[in-house]
This record gives sequence, C-alpha cells and structure tokens, in this order.
Amino acid sequence: MLKIILSRVIQTIVVVFVLVTFVFFAVRAIPGNPFASDKATSAEEEAALKAYYGLDKPLPVQYVNYWKNILVDGDFGDSLAMKGRKVSTLISESFPVSLKLGVISLILGMLIGIPLGIVAALFHNRWQDYLAMVVAMAGICVVAFVLGPIFQISIAAPLDWFNVAGWSRTSDIILPSITLCFGVAAYLARLTRGGMLDVLSQDYIRTAHAKGVPTLQIIVKHAIRPALMPAVTFLGPAFAAIITGSFVVETIFLVPGMGQYFVLGIQSKDYNLVLGLVLFYGILMGIANLLSDIALIFMDPKLRTA
Amino acid sequence: MSSSATVQNSEPAAIEKGSSLWTDAFVRLKKNKLAVLGGIIVIVILFLCFIVAPIMSMAGMKANDQDLANRFAGIGEKGVLGTDQLGRDLFMRVLEGGQISLLVAFLATMMTVTIGVIYGGVAGYIGGRIGNIMMRIVDGLLAMPFLIIVILFREIITGRIDIVARFLVNEWSWDNDTVTRFANLIPLTIAIAGFGWLSMARIVRSSAASLSKQEFVEAARSLGLSHRRILFRHMLPNMLGPVIIYATLTIPSFILYEATLSFIGLGIEPPNSSWGKLIMEGANFLETNVIVLAIPAVMFSLTLFAFNFLGDGLRDALDPKASKD
Repeated sequence: MLKIILSRVIQTIVVVFVLVTFVFFAVRAIPGNPFASDKATSAEEEAALKAYYGLDKPLPVQYVNYWKNILVDGDFGDSLAMKGRKVSTLISESFPVSLKLGVISLILGMLIGIPLGIVAALFHNRWQDYLAMVVAMAGICVVAFVLGPIFQISIAAPLDWFNVAGWSRTSDIILPSITLCFGVAAYLARLTRGGMLDVLSQDYIRTAHAKGVPTLQIIVKHAIRPALMPAVTFLGPAFAAIITGSFVVETIFLVPGMGQYFVLGIQSKDYNLVLGLVLFYGILMGIANLLSDIALIFMDPKLRTA
Repeated sequence: MSSSATVQNSEPAAIEKGSSLWTDAFVRLKKNKLAVLGGIIVIVILFLCFIVAPIMSMAGMKANDQDLANRFAGIGEKGVLGTDQLGRDLFMRVLEGGQISLLVAFLATMMTVTIGVIYGGVAGYIGGRIGNIMMRIVDGLLAMPFLIIVILFREIITGRIDIVARFLVNEWSWDNDTVTRFANLIPLTIAIAGFGWLSMARIVRSSAASLSKQEFVEAARSLGLSHRRILFRHMLPNMLGPVIIYATLTIPSFILYEATLSFIGLGIEPPNSSWGKLIMEGANFLETNVIVLAIPAVMFSLTLFAFNFLGDGLRDALDPKASKD
C-alpha cells in the first residue's frame, strides 16, 4: 500500500515537472507577447512591463525563477493579462465553482451510467442491451454544445425556475451539471457493461449458479465489485478533468468557473496563468489517480497481496 | 462458427477453401445491424459532402451567397432546408461545413496513424529500457489537458504558417483566398494530430510488443532480415486489425475536437466553415429559428453515431475477444 502511494507520488512529481517544463517553453513559443495586444502600448512601456514581470531575462533564467518562486515562496506569480491579480487568487476564486459543478455532474453521471451498464450486461444481446448502448452512444455523440442550447431554449426559457445563463441563483447549477453529466454517464455505462460481461463469464460465477445461489445475490455479492474496476480506473482522471471545469459548458451557461481561464490564458498569452493552471491540474490528476489506485486495492484482493 | 458461411458456399466435392481473417471479419461485421447502418450512413454523408455538394456548387448553388430578403426561410420555402440569418442556403452550408470537418478529421487521422504506427511499433519492437522511456514520454504527454495542448500547438503553428502564407501570396502571387483557407486548416489539423497520435502509439506498442516475441519474428530475425523489414513487412500486417479499429474510432473523436475548438472560436475561421462553427452560429439565433442550429447539430451527431457504431462493429468483427465494452 505504502509502496503504491509512494510510486504514485513520484510519478506525479515527474509528470508535473514534464508538464510545466513543456508548457513553459511552448507558451512562450506562441508569436507575440502578453503586452502587445494592449491598446497603444508604446515600446518603452512594453519594455518596462517586461522588466517588471521578469520577462526580459533569458529563458533559462526565467524558468529557474519560476520554480524558485513556487518552491521557495509558494507563489504562482501575477496574472499578466488581468493586471494586479495573482494567479493563486484567480484559481482559488474559480475552483470552488468548478468543483461544485464537477462533483454534482460526476455523481449524476455515476447514478445514470453504472445502473445502465449493469442492466445492459445482464440482458446481453437483447433489446435492453441495445437500447442501453444506443442511449450511451447518444450521450457521447450529442455533445455539450448541442445539448446546452437545447436545454436553454426548451427548459430554462419557458420555465421561470432557471436563468437561461448566469450564476446568481441556486438553481443555476442544475442545467450545467445535467449537460456535463451525460458524457460521464455514457462512458461509465460502456465501461461497466464491459466489466460486468467479463465477470459474468468467470468460473466462480458459474460455480455460484451451480450451487443454486439466487441470481440477484450473485450479482450483488460477487459480480458488482470486480465489474466496477474499469469504471473506477476511468473515474480517477475523469474526476480531475471535470472538476477543473469545462470551457464549453461554462461559456454556454456563463458559469464563473476555472475552465474559461485555460483558454483565456492562452489567448492573451498570460504565461503565469497558463502555467499555474497546468501545475494545479497536474497535481489534481495525481491525487485523483492515487485515489482510484487505493479504491482498486480495496476492490481487488489480488492487488493487496501483490 | 465463423467458417460456416464459407462452407455453405463451396461445392461439397470441392476442396474446402480456408477463410481468411478478413473474410471472417466481414461476415461478422455484416451480422451487426448497427454497424451496417453506421457504414451506410457514413457512405451517404461522404457522398453528399464530397460529390453532391461540389456538383451543386458548380451548378450555381453557392454556400456563401447571401439573400437578405429571404432570411430564416423554413424547410422547403427556399432551397432544400431553408436559409440562415443571412439568407444563405442551409443545405449547402451544412454540406460544405461537413467537407471541412471531415477533411480535418481524415487528415489528422492519417497523420495519427503514420506517427503512431512508427513510434509505437519501434517502441514495442525494441522494448527494453529505450522502449520503456519512449512510452513514459507518451504517458506523460497524455496526462496533459487535451484542450490546452491542442490550442497551444495551434497558436504556435498558426504563427509560423502565416509567415509562409503571406510569402506565397505576396512573392509567388498564389491565390489569396485558397492560401487563407489552408493557412487556417493546417495548424488545426496538425495540432489535433499532435495530441491524437499518443493513444495510437500506445495501442500499436502493445501489439508490437507481443508480436515481437512470436516465433515468426524470431524466424525472420534468424534469417538476418533488417529491423525495418521485420517491423514493416512482417509485423505491421499483423497489427492492422487494432490500427484500423482505432483509426475508425479516432475519426469521430477528431470531428468532435474540431467542432469543440470551432465552437469556442479557436478552430475554423471564415471563409471556412465547419459543423462546429455552424452550431455556434446556430446557437446564437436559437430563439429566432431553431432550424439553424438543428440541421448542423443533427448532421454532426449523426456522423459521430455512424462512425462510432462502425468502429465498434469493426472491433467486434476483427477482435472478438475485446468486443465486450
């Protein structure tokens, strides 16, 4: 157990290091600079701004400074596009919004997807199976930017319960999270179905049938736990991805979440913001993978002894 | 069970012909109704976008012709499927948008297959420490948020391509419109492929690694064949199954990537148009006219459906063991 945690931590550190290094140089390779787009910035002002943010130094020096600021001072730096705001403030303001939205849609996705997958597997190659798989495929193919506007026009506009877009009422979380949950539900349904079919063809399930154990008891006591393992493996990275926000859903419903900053950061060449987000994302991804590893150990006794 | 179809066809007295992996697979594929339906829809959409649309365009139905007197015409009132906010023919716009969406997806898939097969094949064939490091790099890159990487690539490449494009227009006096169109498409395609090859490399590596331990590769090695010949002449044909399956499933995901990027305004730009772009425009006029959103959205979703079902069917047919999810 300790060994697995340790190896995950080391792996996460390596991935985050590679990620930040790659993005550090990639984002600076975009033509232009963060201040060029400002209205009528003179050459002197631009030079002064660059000097102020330390962007006039050679790249390797900037790179070392970036890590020094993070590791020594715990400072993600200032946002270059939104003057006077720190990257850490932007993240700490927007992350709770994305987290709330992400957790709700993930729970919704699990509540829809997992039962759908189990039903599909139990009725393998019968109409229930086909229906469930067509529904799951619809969840993948009818994407957020089609679904979102449809919800706005058919639910939010005629009913007075929701804002069509906005984040001022408690009810405003409902439509975005439903829009987001379909994709998750669809993937979970397919993975759960696959896992369940795999388990149901195992010898020990046949033994249980031969012993005369009731089918429902076989499924609940013996089949579900191992059948959910592929879904749990998927949930780790999916969790990290969904709680860091979705640009599309946030744009459609005007949700002040984190996803928008990923795109805005690159568009305005806000180096510090992009790097801060990538770093944050990488660490979250590591934690989520670790959690799904631990969950898998509890689900599969074979992993415990190994 | 799979060879039964061949047996029925052959004369009783004739020597029974063995059925190849591919004939078996085709027989299995034909039994899968959803996959057949998907295949038919794919063919129809390709026919509409790449044969019907150019013919109609030559016959004078231009997708970009505006007719402000007939804005938001309903289905059948003007053109085949009505008109959009500027009175442009929706049917033609959707088909020409489809050309771009499909073109980007096909080109990116071809790049993905080429890079993925070479990289994954080499990594799997050499194995050992170097192969391992090669795959660790892929794993590391896969941990990145897809959207951020694709947008980064696109921004970087766009800057370089623009310089080339301006040179071609100014110095070599190439057609400005054509150059602009391609200067917008190429960075997007490369950016999508730049992220997409990673999963392909993983899939190819795992089958290359297991193949490289088999006797026929040992035999080829002991005959003194070159590494390149072993990899591409002997191992590659045996890896085609997973490559084809994955490529078919890659196309819809690339169509989706392109549409997502175009929807948020970082993909296709005018004068080009694509399904993502049309959906974005349609969403803005949703309250005035639903058709403007509905038509591209239906075409787009239908295409994703068709490719996904076809890909799933191919996987079931070519690799019955892995057909459960």
